[in-house]
Amino acid sequence: MSAPAGSAIAFAPHRVAAMVLRYLYLLRSSCPRVLELIYWPTMQLFVWGFLQLYVSQNAGFFARAGGMFIGAVLLWDILFRGQLGFSVSFLEEMWARNLGNLMISPLRPIEFVAALMIMSLVRLAVGMGPVTLLAIAVFGFNIYGLGLALAAFFANLILTSWSVGILVSGVLLRNGMGAESLAWTLMFVLMPLACVYYPVTTLPTWLQVVSWALPPTYVFEGMRALVISHEFRADLMVQAFGLNALYFTAAVIAFLQLLNSARRNGSLLQSGE
Amino acid sequence: MLAEPAIAVDRLVKIYGSTRAVDDISFALAPGSVTGLLGGNGAGKTTTIAMILGLVAPSSGRVKVLGAEMPRQRYQVLQRMNFESPYIDMPHRLTVRQNLTVFGRLYAIADLRARIAELAASLELEEFLDRPTGKLSAGQKTRVALAKALINAPDVLLLDEPTASLDPDTADWVRSRLEDFRKRHGATVLLASHNMAEVERLCDRVIMMKRGRIEDDDAPQRLLARYGRDTLEEVFLDVVRGRGGAREAVPREAAQ
Repeated sequence: MSAPAGSAIAFAPHRVAAMVLRYLYLLRSSCPRVLELIYWPTMQLFVWGFLQLYVSQNAGFFARAGGMFIGAVLLWDILFRGQLGFSVSFLEEMWARNLGNLMISPLRPIEFVAALMIMSLVRLAVGMGPVTLLAIAVFGFNIYGLGLALAAFFANLILTSWSVGILVSGVLLRNGMGAESLAWTLMFVLMPLACVYYPVTTLPTWLQVVSWALPPTYVFEGMRALVISHEFRADLMVQAFGLNALYFTAAVIAFLQLLNSARRNGSLLQSGE
Repeated sequence: MLAEPAIAVDRLVKIYGSTRAVDDISFALAPGSVTGLLGGNGAGKTTTIAMILGLVAPSSGRVKVLGAEMPRQRYQVLQRMNFESPYIDMPHRLTVRQNLTVFGRLYAIADLRARIAELAASLELEEFLDRPTGKLSAGQKTRVALAKALINAPDVLLLDEPTASLDPDTADWVRSRLEDFRKRHGATVLLASHNMAEVERLCDRVIMMKRGRIEDDDAPQRLLARYGRDTLEEVFLDVVRGRGGAREAVPREAAQ
């Protein structure tokens, strides 16, 4: 049941749909925006795909672990592009100086976030769809062959990407465009710690503790277990989901706090630095 | 019994660091009134409007719009308010029709197609309705922004320098449309402006601000008489330079 119309927690699907429509209009009107979605994942795929081919021809372990790097790069891109899809849609409002219009409309923050989450999925589908098909055609790696495990990996990675996207959007609201670089770089802090291309045991012991506090670590470990040992580690997925639930809740709370702080310091009035 | 004010501002203060952007101001606007908020740069007009809209939280004091306390109860009234300012934009790549469609849906406008057609006719947008908003001239963009501000036929309309950077002819045209909207809809309008002729023509009350405080508050004709001036511009200069009839001026709470 929905809350009363005047409530801050009311949720109206028609307002979420209006915002999704706004971003689809934008995407449809701009070929460079669509090409940009596909360009980088394709480049990544080729670099890591050819590296995988090279090492598999020269090392027995990698010959057995076919697709480990390609699987890792595709999953990393789900994580990274999912967050970018969220953050860039938010940035579009700041670049367009449209945030003021939205903030004085009946659009609730939670509806805004929901629209950005949907757009991150749309942008991910546009960008990653062709790349996963290329991975099959060029390197013979079918990520869809992972079946239900892929669904678990995807759900956990996209939840993490949304948590980071929500947090970055809150910081942008509070601090303006001066914080824009966070949208492009924050996820890279996770890259070495989440052990995208190597097992957690590679890290020093003290850093492993940090690594296991990050939900993507469980996904990449799970992917390696599946590709190398053909074993699906459901326990890892459950732990990742628990951590994701915690971080997602924390990100939403932080976003609302940062929005309130922006209201206090007047930063909703400008979208500059 | 007197009607409840459409906008009630009570001892409102906004402090940024060591700056008092708005310093203990109070006023009440009667439903259906058109009020001009005048003041030089940094007088606190935009901050006052932002607090009325719920975009900025007051440091102290209260703002009520249509009975709802801002910003705490803003979602009770945002559906019945709107705002236009040259300092916020609409997405440039979207066509005028797409932009109005998005905002119409956000405001849950029934029969949106008909509403857009109605606004396009009255604001003369038809010829560029399907053109990207970013490709329009400044005058055309202002008309589109006005269409967005009127899409929900707001009961409370806030305008921040609605004719800034427009040529005199287009500015005059915009004022006519605002007058027309006010007459037909009976909305309460609060207008921040530097344009004295605009305020004289549109407003039945003028609030003059300086350094975050209200310096004077009266009907345009009474201000002219009290200051012994022919134009509001002269009155404005007297107020900002701290001379003339301001000594005799007694700010009023017009809607009380």
